[in-house]
Amino acid sequence: MREPLRHTWEILRKDVLIELRAGTRTFALFSFVLTLLLLFSFAVGPDAPMLRAHAPAYLWMALLLASTLLLARSFQIEVESGALDALVLAPLALPALFYGKALANAAQLIALGLVALPAVIALYDVKLVESPVWLGAVLVLGSAGLAAPGTLYAALTARIQGRQLLLPLLLFPLIVPCLLASVKATALVLTGDPLEQLQSWVSLLVAFDLLFWSLCGALFPRVVEA
Amino acid sequence: MLRARDLGRRFGSRWAFARVDLELQPGERLLLAGGNGSGKTTLLRVLSTLLSPTRGALEHFGAPAGADPTAARRQLALLSHAPGLYEDLSGIDNLRVFARLLGASEPLPPLLERVGLDPARAEPVRAWSAGMRKRLQIGLVLMQRPRLVLLDEPFASLDPRGFDQLSALIRELPGTVVLASHQLTMAGALCDRALLLDAGLPRWEGPAVDVGRAWKAVHGGAA
Repeated sequence: MREPLRHTWEILRKDVLIELRAGTRTFALFSFVLTLLLLFSFAVGPDAPMLRAHAPAYLWMALLLASTLLLARSFQIEVESGALDALVLAPLALPALFYGKALANAAQLIALGLVALPAVIALYDVKLVESPVWLGAVLVLGSAGLAAPGTLYAALTARIQGRQLLLPLLLFPLIVPCLLASVKATALVLTGDPLEQLQSWVSLLVAFDLLFWSLCGALFPRVVEA
Repeated sequence: MLRARDLGRRFGSRWAFARVDLELQPGERLLLAGGNGSGKTTLLRVLSTLLSPTRGALEHFGAPAGADPTAARRQLALLSHAPGLYEDLSGIDNLRVFARLLGASEPLPPLLERVGLDPARAEPVRAWSAGMRKRLQIGLVLMQRPRLVLLDEPFASLDPRGFDQLSALIRELPGTVVLASHQLTMAGALCDRALLLDAGLPRWEGPAVDVGRAWKAVHGGAA
């Protein structure tokens, strides 16, 4: 395997291993998502049609809010322990560090989404109208769209006090188009797609992902070396 | 091996260190002495290529440091203030992560035993003492087989037993060593030469055994 690909794989594997070993943190994140979904349903009340209509938005808002916690600690582990210096001196190709971390963050968001989906179905009484493959594709593409810029901004804010506040302030405006496309595509999967718009929204998500993953990967070395 | 001419690094308007000249031969051991805030850590970070110098020239292994930092990084190791370890992982898992990144094929349990650690110890590093963490860091350095080792205050927060263990390991380190410390007597015994920094400027250079006297001359107090 070529070295940058091997490094990307090793960083991904290392991050997943750390999350598995720090089980309480991961459990807390899953609980946070489920609590948010429950709170949304309480806030709307027993209005089943409204809950069903807004279920995709609640799902993605819960994932977005959880992503800020997940992303903020992504580089915190490296910066606080000094392991980032050790990785740079390994020497690790910085794009490999970015792609390894972004893949790990995307994988965790997808896992959160997989846990949240049954809760969405149970709490908001929604049914899958389109194929579950489409739902899986939207979850993967939407999570990837949050993870790439989120990883870049997590690296940018990792050494700054108040990063928990700064990260969402920087991230949220950037990912609005990706969030809208994810919500719209999820809504079409859950409520039906009579006008055959789903493919267009998924294509839009693919385009955002390609843009974010290439641009953020190119900018990352400058952020870390600064 | 390592050559620096008129090296300096500035943060904003403040110079962390300046006018440093260094020339180290293979196998040589240099003590970077100086009090807190004297510029030792910044100088080590510049020598390691983690920071670029604001002025001056730096060469690693006969090549300018800025030309190909990756090539220099393959041949050096830095043991810094921060542990550089993953707190949620065990000692052997930490070694495994870096071994895979480095492509090192050395068996890890014997390496842990070499630095006095039990390879079967499964508890995360966060539960370890400062001395054990330092020994694990030395294990990481040994795994890299570097030609140049940079050590930043390796004896900080160690008890006398931990100091003895770490001193023995530092004596075993291969290649050229630059050791930054303000514990002059102990660190001086491990080095050949010393460079004394004060407020970022080199004030004295000579045999490491004389560094205590030089410190008194510069600071007018005990080492």
